[in-house]
Amino acid sequence: MSGVWHCAQLVIGRDLRLAFRNRAQLLHPLLFFGIVTTLFPLALSPEPSRLRDVAPGVLWVGALLASLLAIEFLFREDAQDGTLEQYALSGRSLTWLLFAKTVSHWLLSGLPLALASPVVAYGLAVSPGAMPGIVASVALGTIALSLLGAVSAGLTLGIKRGGALLSLLTLPLAVPLLIFGAQATARAIAGADMSAPMYFLAACAVLGITLAPLAAAAAVRISLE
Amino acid sequence: MDWTWFHRFGSPPHLYGLARRLTPWFAWPAALLIAIGLYGGLVLAPPDYQQGDGFRIIYVHAPSAWLSLMAYTWMAVAAAIGLVWRMKAAHAAAASCAPIGAWFTVAALGTGMLWGKPMWGTYWAWDPRLTAELVLLFLYLGYIGLRSAIEDPQRADRTSAVLAIVGVVNVPIVRYSVEWWNSIHQAPSVMKFGKPSISWPMLTPLLIMFIGFTLLFVALLLVRLRGEILRRERRAQWVAEVVTE
Amino acid sequence: MSGFFAMGGYAGSVWPAMALTFGIIAWNVVAARRSLAAARAAARRRISMEDAP
Repeated sequence: MSGVWHCAQLVIGRDLRLAFRNRAQLLHPLLFFGIVTTLFPLALSPEPSRLRDVAPGVLWVGALLASLLAIEFLFREDAQDGTLEQYALSGRSLTWLLFAKTVSHWLLSGLPLALASPVVAYGLAVSPGAMPGIVASVALGTIALSLLGAVSAGLTLGIKRGGALLSLLTLPLAVPLLIFGAQATARAIAGADMSAPMYFLAACAVLGITLAPLAAAAAVRISLE
Repeated sequence: MDWTWFHRFGSPPHLYGLARRLTPWFAWPAALLIAIGLYGGLVLAPPDYQQGDGFRIIYVHAPSAWLSLMAYTWMAVAAAIGLVWRMKAAHAAAASCAPIGAWFTVAALGTGMLWGKPMWGTYWAWDPRLTAELVLLFLYLGYIGLRSAIEDPQRADRTSAVLAIVGVVNVPIVRYSVEWWNSIHQAPSVMKFGKPSISWPMLTPLLIMFIGFTLLFVALLLVRLRGEILRRERRAQWVAEVVTE
Repeated sequence: MSGFFAMGGYAGSVWPAMALTFGIIAWNVVAARRSLAAARAAARRRISMEDAP
């Protein structure tokens, strides 16, 4: 059994090392998140009460689009340099290896977005007391989002100019995450009990963990045929 | 267990012939039932006590919405069969479901909006069912887009099959999440009309329409299925016999 | 009869909804037949090309 965990450690370690060597890819989604959420006060009004009303929506749409940016690169380089093929031929479960890749993807995109969200939320006139709830909801929601993204990235692998298609596939499937996530954030801002949407987000994450790696592995295998 | 029937059923020449023979048996009853249901719905059924004659849109709206969901389910089931048993004919069936389902999603959306105008005073009110239907349309368009973006037909079949299965798991979650969302943001301006107290003269035409639309779907599917089978079997000997006769 | 077409004041919604639905049904019938005819024509073209020397 230790072999399985060791494999996952190797995959995650490799992805993290590669990402820290090429920091631009790590920073682009975060920058995008920051810029998009800056546009809203400029487009709407700087009035704090109005900003606080739209803050959950702005945060979640921004996080969704930013992680979509990151998803595009989830498998691309590994497919181009043959790493994915090696994974598929390694005799290890491709499902498990892709799950490990998704974990590292979440560590590199979902977690930074969650950690950056208080800064953005503060800019949207959210009181500091709501920050732990916001971080928790974004962190939990991006788990399912990363898993969903792994499936879409697998499906669009090998398609030229698949970026627009990737969004067309991912965004409708992400509707429940947007609804539950934005609601959790809204309740955190209002100081209300946010357990219901958080449970839904957790349920989505559990469903994603059980099913998404299987679907992603099937999609990647088909694209390698 | 003897599985030969299953493989014979899935063999393209057999399915092609079967589809051709069965089509009229679905098409004509569908036309007849839809005509009867329409007459019953527009003429015989009494007006609703709240919505007057406006409720008659239900006779085309509800069956269209039903077809939009049924087509997606059939598409996913056919895709799963094609993926598991590597059956070309099942992929052909899944490919045939998508455009029909997408069109009836458009019909459900359009009639829902036309129904909304007199009931809510606006064409679009973010009603949970209409919103879920809109997301369903995006799912169909994503499926069709993915399929057309992959040039190799076998890869297109198998890749889009994975998407269909992922989508069908997601559809109930989307529906539930949208209803939950709506229950929180209940806009006061949206008039929630009570469910029409449905009586037998109202319900019978609706049931007839449901059966008629389902048969229509099968008939459309059978015609499209033949085309999709031909596209996948271009090199086979039996195709030459079928198309030159 | 004119009462029937007036639909109790809902004519502006009921008839466009009917027209939309039956327009889509008609288009689906045409499109399904066209897709089959196109597949048959493509198969026939292929066969005649193979027959030619």
